[in-house]
Amino acid sequence: MTIKLWLEHALQDADRRGLPALRPLLEALARATSALRNADWNPDATGQFDAHAR
Amino acid sequence: MRAEPQTITGLSRALAAREVTAELVTERCLQAIAAQNGALNAFIRVFADEAREQARQADAEIARGRSRGPLHGVPISLKDLIDVRGVPTTAASRVREGHVAARDATVVARLRAAGAVLVGKTNLHEFALGTTNEDSAFGPARHPLDPTRSPGGSSGGSAASVLARMAYGSIGSDTGGSIRIPSAACGLVGFKPTLGAVPTDGVVPLSTTMDHVGPLCRSVEDAQIVFDVLRGASPLPPPARDARGLRLGRLREYFVALLDPEVAAAFDAACARLREAGANIVDVSIPHAGDIASIYLHIVLSEAAAYHAVTLEHRADDYTPNVRLRLEMGRYILAEDYVRALRGREVLTAEVDAALDGCDGLLLPALAIPAPTIGAETVRVGGADEPVRNVMLRLTQLFNITGHPAITVPCGATADRLPVGAQIVGRRGADAELLAAARALEPHLGPGVSR
Repeated sequence: MTIKLWLEHALQDADRRGLPALRPLLEALARATSALRNADWNPDATGQFDAHAR
Repeated sequence: MRAEPQTITGLSRALAAREVTAELVTERCLQAIAAQNGALNAFIRVFADEAREQARQADAEIARGRSRGPLHGVPISLKDLIDVRGVPTTAASRVREGHVAARDATVVARLRAAGAVLVGKTNLHEFALGTTNEDSAFGPARHPLDPTRSPGGSSGGSAASVLARMAYGSIGSDTGGSIRIPSAACGLVGFKPTLGAVPTDGVVPLSTTMDHVGPLCRSVEDAQIVFDVLRGASPLPPPARDARGLRLGRLREYFVALLDPEVAAAFDAACARLREAGANIVDVSIPHAGDIASIYLHIVLSEAAAYHAVTLEHRADDYTPNVRLRLEMGRYILAEDYVRALRGREVLTAEVDAALDGCDGLLLPALAIPAPTIGAETVRVGGADEPVRNVMLRLTQLFNITGHPAITVPCGATADRLPVGAQIVGRRGADAELLAAARALEPHLGPGVSR
């Protein structure tokens, strides 16, 4: 799931549950998750982006 | 009788020499609690009668020549997420209403066997999920040097209890810095041992792969004494060290990018004193330090959400609003991102190990800002307004991710007399070596702050 899609779903769910105060926290979490996914040590199934292969 | 000593080390000697009695020093602590707890809110529960009885028993045993070791007769407080048989473990939350612990946590059993006098259970940030102790069902704990400020957290009541002389030491927990942050904010020594060195059974979890238990004390030697009891092993003869010749890897870049100017000045001055004392300080780096916060967040919130899932469904209103929202965040983290964070943990662990290669310890500040004002949501550092929580966690959380032992030792104060702490980090499993190095550096780092 992309970060964009995940965030859309999460925000909708927070609103549905009556937790609008969760919105800024989920947006901050999305930024942190994006950073996590973009880290250069993440392995990749192609093998081309495996940190140990570079 | 002479005036009571202020450290566990001094008190232990005085008790053994029968220069003071456990009953007297326990009464002094109970008097301090009675006089100051209304203002500081450090304790959630006080064991006055039990503590007096334990002290009398300790005095009787010492008089008969039966010593249980250096904690015998010493008043100690416990963070109220540690089980004590027959009493509630509140974790500073209404969610825990009605709880009564069926048995002692292993660390409590070990303290009892060592003859410690348990004076009470201290306030904390609800379920240990916070750095200021403001979100507590019992109200915020306050800093003994300035009650408008937080003593830090999450073990804020523990730190306040030691600084205000309500106890000689306290047992806290540390999942992102919750021993070291309040210790630094209050001018104390706080020790987070190697992950797994001290058992966590009977301790309410926050993040099961990052929770640590350890002491908050007034000196490194005191921390060694308490640690030896908590880990349940015969004390290792501490390797004697001297500051001269110690090689310290100083962490720069990310670790000094967001520092309060007075904290930076105090830390730099302490480094200069260490150099004068003969320590060899070299700069080292953690290449992926920029990933620390995201890795930490995905591990701590995922693991906390798992523990709290049922009560978030059924008793959500019993949490304080901020803690509830942070726990709710964890319920949205995807499994694939938790696994990515675990991979990141391996990377960071290898990088801390590499930074320690050839060094006796790593050196960095423990807390980037002085004790914050209660109610502050942001703090100005590095030319920007940053969330207080993020800034307070910034320098400690790495070593919860990696499990390396880390200790904070006072290294000076701001112009307002607010304490500043230095942090020293050792190799995994080499707790005794880290404590020996810290003990050698302690006199040169700077004075602690006493009231």
